[in-house]
Amino acid sequence: MRSEIKTITEKDLWTENPVIRQILGICSALAVTNLMANTFIMGMGVTFVTAFSSMTVSFLRHVIPRRIRMMVQTLIIASYVIIVDIILKAFLPEISANLGPYVGLIITNCIIMGRCEAYGQSNPPLLAFWDGMMSGLGYTLVLMFISFIRELMGFGTLFGIPILGDWWNRWTIMVMPASAFFVLAIIIWIVQARQSKRSV
Amino acid sequence: MDINPIVIFFASIFTSNIVLTNFLGMCSYLAISKDLKSSWGLGQAVIFVMTITTILNYLVYKYILIPAGLEYLRYIVFIIVVAAFVQLLEMILERFIPGLYYTLGIFLPLITVNCAILGVALFMVIREYTFLQSLAYGAGGCIGWALAIVALAGIREKVDETKIPKGLQGPGFALIVTGIMAMAFVGLSGIANIQ
Repeated sequence: MRSEIKTITEKDLWTENPVIRQILGICSALAVTNLMANTFIMGMGVTFVTAFSSMTVSFLRHVIPRRIRMMVQTLIIASYVIIVDIILKAFLPEISANLGPYVGLIITNCIIMGRCEAYGQSNPPLLAFWDGMMSGLGYTLVLMFISFIRELMGFGTLFGIPILGDWWNRWTIMVMPASAFFVLAIIIWIVQARQSKRSV
Repeated sequence: MDINPIVIFFASIFTSNIVLTNFLGMCSYLAISKDLKSSWGLGQAVIFVMTITTILNYLVYKYILIPAGLEYLRYIVFIIVVAAFVQLLEMILERFIPGLYYTLGIFLPLITVNCAILGVALFMVIREYTFLQSLAYGAGGCIGWALAIVALAGIREKVDETKIPKGLQGPGFALIVTGIMAMAFVGLSGIANIQ
């Protein structure tokens, strides 16, 4: 059990990281990374939904008929997303407005469905919960890194706090959608290049 | 919000393209764009499904969810509408138009999980569009999506024979091309703007 937990943690955070290794969940990864505060909340939301829906799927794994399991999983995920959406609207209305439709789009985030399908439905609930949480954190980690670069260069701030002084020429491109593609592409490039060097 | 539907239509194709500015439907966009033929197939399927489901979702939201005070259930309801429509479409096509079924058939299941479809429905709710505006946004949005994926597939097919650094092959390269396309589309922002 303990070694299982360790392997899961290592796999989900790095060797099989959902965003940079499996290229899943890219939509929201690009859309919410303009400001670190948004990214952090979004990451937490995805982590919550992944962990709990994976656990729920695991609890119900002997009950759900195989033929309709996709639909059932989608409904479970959607229920948790509604919880996240309502909590955000109540306590963080400003960030909720910034994230806009992307909170609802957590439903179609392939990471969550992927974890339910690949791990949740064939493993015990606690391990499934841990696996979902680690995948969510792996996703959050990459997103935080992207938004760190974009916010620092685009606004000269981190979490809204000014870091670089007036001398910094703000890079307008980092605020535009295009930069999200470039930053993510460069990160994937670096990681894959390192990996292929090691395997040779 | 009283923007002319025609403006919304053109804006959602060019200046507010749902892939290049809102990052919707990226998963299938990156995965399918390896060759031109299947991207056009998927593009057609998306155009067809998105235009109709946007309208269906608008009607369901306006005439069932709002009067019943169940707006918070919209995520589940939209997903069910899309899934049910795709299932129905698959059965109808198989029964009556088998030719079209064989071209679009394999792409239809992919569409249920395409976040562009759900994303357009959610944007429509957030921006409080009327019926005609929703129709224009749904139609324009999917044409824009198809345009982007076909353009990317065309570029990827051309660049296929050149030498790219090993780590950049595949998704990395597709992302950089998309970034450049996004910058090019920004140049059109004088035409119309809805954001």
